[in-house]
Amino acid sequence: MKFLAARRRSPLAAVAMLLIALIGIGAGYAVIANARPAEAAAVASSETQVEQGKRLYLEGCSSCHGMQSQGTSQGPTLVGVGAASVDFQVSSGRMPMAMPGAQAVARDPAQYTDEQIAAMAAYVASLAPGPAIPTEEDVNFENADAAQGGVLFRTNCSQCHQAAGQGGALTQGKYAPSLMQVEPKEIYEAMITGPQSMPVFSNATIPTKDKQAIIKYIDTLQTLPDPGGLALGRLGPVPETVFLWTAVFAALIGVAIWIGIKAR
Amino acid sequence: MSDHSSPESHENVPAKLGYSPVADIEHKPRLTDTDPKAARRAERQVATMFVLSILLVIAFVVAYIGIDKSTIVYIPLFGEVGALNFALGLCMGLGVFLIGAGAIQWAKKLMPDTEVVAQRHEMASPEAATEEAEANYQRGKTESGFAQYKIIRRTLIGALALFPIPLVIMLRDLWSTPAGSPSPDAILSKTLWKKGERIVVDGTYVPVKAEDLPVGGLISAVPADLLEVEEAEGNLNARGKAAIIVIRMDPSDIRSQQGDGWDYQGILAFSKICTHVGCPIALYEQRTHHLLCPCHQSTFDLADSGNVVFGPAARRMPQLPIGVDAEGYLVAMSDFAEPIGPSFWERG
Amino acid sequence: MTATSPVEQVGGGVATYVDQRVGSNKFLARNLGKVFPDHWSFMLGEIALYSFIVVLLTGTFLTLFFKPSMVEVLYDGSYVPLKGIKMSQAYASTLDISFDVRGGLLLRQMHHWAALIFIAAMSVHMFRVFFTGAFRKPREFNWIIGVVLVTLGLGAGFSGYSLPDDLLSGTGLQIARGIMQSIPVIGTWMAFLLFDGEFPGTEFISRLYAVHILLIPGLILAMVTIHLMLVWTQKHTQFPGPGRTNDNVVGYPLLPVYMAKAGGFFFVVFGVIALIGGLVTINPIWIFGPFMPDQVSAGSQPDWYIGWLDGALRTMPNWESTLFGFTISWNIFVPAVIIPGIIFTALALYPFLEAWVTGDKKEHHLLDRPRNAPTRTGIGVMALSFYLLLWIGGGNDIIALTFGMSINSITWFLRIALFVVPPIMFVVTRRICLGLQRRDRDKLLHGYESGRILRLPHGEFIEVHQPINAKELAVITGKTDIAPLALPPATDADGVRNKHFHVKKLRAKLSGFFYSENVALPTAAEIEEGQHHAAHDAAIEAPLHAYEDADQINRAHGGVLHHPGMPETNAEQLANDGGHL
Repeated sequence: MKFLAARRRSPLAAVAMLLIALIGIGAGYAVIANARPAEAAAVASSETQVEQGKRLYLEGCSSCHGMQSQGTSQGPTLVGVGAASVDFQVSSGRMPMAMPGAQAVARDPAQYTDEQIAAMAAYVASLAPGPAIPTEEDVNFENADAAQGGVLFRTNCSQCHQAAGQGGALTQGKYAPSLMQVEPKEIYEAMITGPQSMPVFSNATIPTKDKQAIIKYIDTLQTLPDPGGLALGRLGPVPETVFLWTAVFAALIGVAIWIGIKAR
Repeated sequence: MSDHSSPESHENVPAKLGYSPVADIEHKPRLTDTDPKAARRAERQVATMFVLSILLVIAFVVAYIGIDKSTIVYIPLFGEVGALNFALGLCMGLGVFLIGAGAIQWAKKLMPDTEVVAQRHEMASPEAATEEAEANYQRGKTESGFAQYKIIRRTLIGALALFPIPLVIMLRDLWSTPAGSPSPDAILSKTLWKKGERIVVDGTYVPVKAEDLPVGGLISAVPADLLEVEEAEGNLNARGKAAIIVIRMDPSDIRSQQGDGWDYQGILAFSKICTHVGCPIALYEQRTHHLLCPCHQSTFDLADSGNVVFGPAARRMPQLPIGVDAEGYLVAMSDFAEPIGPSFWERG
Repeated sequence: MTATSPVEQVGGGVATYVDQRVGSNKFLARNLGKVFPDHWSFMLGEIALYSFIVVLLTGTFLTLFFKPSMVEVLYDGSYVPLKGIKMSQAYASTLDISFDVRGGLLLRQMHHWAALIFIAAMSVHMFRVFFTGAFRKPREFNWIIGVVLVTLGLGAGFSGYSLPDDLLSGTGLQIARGIMQSIPVIGTWMAFLLFDGEFPGTEFISRLYAVHILLIPGLILAMVTIHLMLVWTQKHTQFPGPGRTNDNVVGYPLLPVYMAKAGGFFFVVFGVIALIGGLVTINPIWIFGPFMPDQVSAGSQPDWYIGWLDGALRTMPNWESTLFGFTISWNIFVPAVIIPGIIFTALALYPFLEAWVTGDKKEHHLLDRPRNAPTRTGIGVMALSFYLLLWIGGGNDIIALTFGMSINSITWFLRIALFVVPPIMFVVTRRICLGLQRRDRDKLLHGYESGRILRLPHGEFIEVHQPINAKELAVITGKTDIAPLALPPATDADGVRNKHFHVKKLRAKLSGFFYSENVALPTAAEIEEGQHHAAHDAAIEAPLHAYEDADQINRAHGGVLHHPGMPETNAEQLANDGGHL
């Protein structure tokens, strides 16, 4: 405690206290916010899945997507988006959004349990036919061709998500997210549903086999080692430039200064 | 120079081997100058660096022979990296660095650190030399008669002026055009697309039906003939011009098009090559219908004739008129109505 | 004096043998003791030279394995995610260098890092030369050679970046071709000639290869040779300091000290490059994939030295005009051709412009401290800020992604900032320089503030000023005061109009712009007087209340009220009190 006592008058102490308080409040809120859906789940056991989904939808989604899922100025219609879309958006934590906007940010953990997500997906799927949640078999990429997946990735994906899957900027502050943490099912669902700014890559134009190849290539990128050493985020020449002008020049000029200083 | 620029003078210091020590510069003897122990310590430091360098070169050879080129190791802070590259770089880098560090340490600690002075001399040549040069020039001028034989002078200048022409003219065949082939602007204005040419998915080369493409969908596509043409030509030129993106939007979202009915039930095809400097673009935001170039951020509104809404591109993205053939596959209705890709002088 | 070892005997024999044939001893006699001044910033050019040597060494190695051909092959190397993919032989052989040649990746990465360092070191070296006025007579030629070297460096870098034929480099070539096509009249034909027809063709990589490994390095070598020969004959410049004048050079002799330090520094630079080549990835071409004209990656960037040009392309508004049926692409031609053209021309001509404006025809071997040339320093900082803003533009998408900003906002910010920020930087820098000059003058006259506070007997506090030391004195006084040129008379005595009056007037005005605000050095007498006051006993000699409003001043100093009749100075008071304060 001596350490703390000695430093409590430091000007940084106030800042540190503020930070600790903020983190505490945030953590507390997160616990409470996460607890809520779990309580709700207990009540729902006697309803059918679609009924449960509809109730959850009305509670958590309708304020933006409308009572009939017809869409409002705050959010698009969900009629016809299919179960896959609900599964992608909710299980990745993108929905529900804290604030409506063009960029939905993935959050971990998701706000709903798997069972609740399945219920909401069933409800939205019951509104109109749409892409279904991919099966285990659909996303099994074990036998896919990574090299062919690479060709398709560079033709269809890298223009937004970047060749190494690190993500890229879109217009007006939007961005294509990094693919480094995503699950195969998430990738598959994103391709068939076209979430947010992303266009749809339907099964008719990019068949399941090709989707599996793309997923395999993304998986390869996720697990790829860096034979050349420190990867600098795999973001291309910009971080290389930053490294050059900071670390490398610091080292070289440091030695130059050492040469110039007279020995004692 | 003003008087104060040289507060110290060296007039009384005897010259020694072309330079003289600067008496006025404060010179503190180093520890290594006064303490023989310190000097021996410095000697040991330098020698240690050289020895380490030798050992590191040996380690380099061992690593080269001993480590398989595909081995991956986890190094904290660096991640999973290639073991051979890491080891070789570390050994060679440190090994070479230590030679340099040793030499510098040697110079700093053990070689004399008294600064010395050398005098400068004006760059201009002494007058006698200038006069001699001038005299030589005059002699040459007279003896050659360069001033006198006007006609020789003029024809020589003419000959020298024309002499580079053969060297330049021979550059023409850098572009190996067969006789009678079209001009550059004609070539740039034409692509593989023609009436009835099927649109196939880039990468898998399967044709597409209208119903395959949902609203909000995107495909990167090429003409069905492309692979055959590429095989025949042995280059990627045709691809570089014919690449397109095909998108589908709610027909009510389409505000304007480059030609009447160039869409097919909300399906639109646009060139993939940016009109700025030619990067391929497929960064299509299906909500806003904006197409963004990842190179220089030109943004085109595909719901509004592909017009430029932001960035340095001056021209709209050329649209390809499309329809379906008898079997229901998407086809081009003609070639592009304007040249695709970056502008050029003859484009007009 | 010392015994001669057998090795030395052989060496001496060789020296004699060579000398009898080429007369080399004359050169050695003159130059083994050549004096080089020591300063860390004089090593920047050495970093450039040494990294260039590393580029040559590693590049030679790479040529043994690289195949500069655009012939298509199916990849069958050990990088699995590309197995069986169609690609150019250039790309396939670069993959082989990276994965199948032991040490190949190290040398490739060293080559690339060394190239980046080469151009970076040249640029920083150039800024050092600019800000210290080292380009002045007699070194104008070397400045121009430096500008040529930087330009060649950019060409060498870009041509090398484009050789592997990966998706990133191919995108760069596509942009280069787009820029070429924007050149009025000849652009289209030029592009068709260089690419043997359309993009990408099958010839360009091998043509670029010849440029990259023969033409440009040859020219760079020639230029570097001349550059170094001129440095050698003109001797190095030096910063002002004790014993350093415009007519001498103070430093360490070539043999042994400078040779050990400079030679050692070569190994240091080599070692650092090898270390980062082994430890830090650069240009992982396997991730980008082979080049296809219909594929692209987000965040496609050039290497750092082209970044400012890419930034200019990105920020330029979309202007294009059609004249008599011909297209002029201002949106490309201006940022990619005209702006760099103007910048490099201005850079090359700057020494001559400054010499003309200032009317300065003297040789300069003593460097300017940047503060002593405020207008030049201001211009330099202005240019630097312009460059940096363009540079930011070149990475706007990565900046937007990393910091959650909008590329549109960044672009608009830059479009405005490019016109607003540099002039502000100029004014601010110039002001700061003039302020520093004033502080230098104060230091000369009154010494420096020692931080020691003295309380006088009557309660007044003063800070003791101490005279500056000999080194600082030499540094501050080692500047040349240049008077601005006088305005020319409009007519001469006979009323005849002055020829070239307007040009002369402009020149005089520019000269005034450069020098009129400069703070002149005090005269020797002023310094002596000032220093005397600044000595320790200044406190004693200082007037107690040499102010109009003694009451106020003294209260402000926390002192005693003073009335007429009280001692005027500390010395007086000392006498009154019988020698005790």
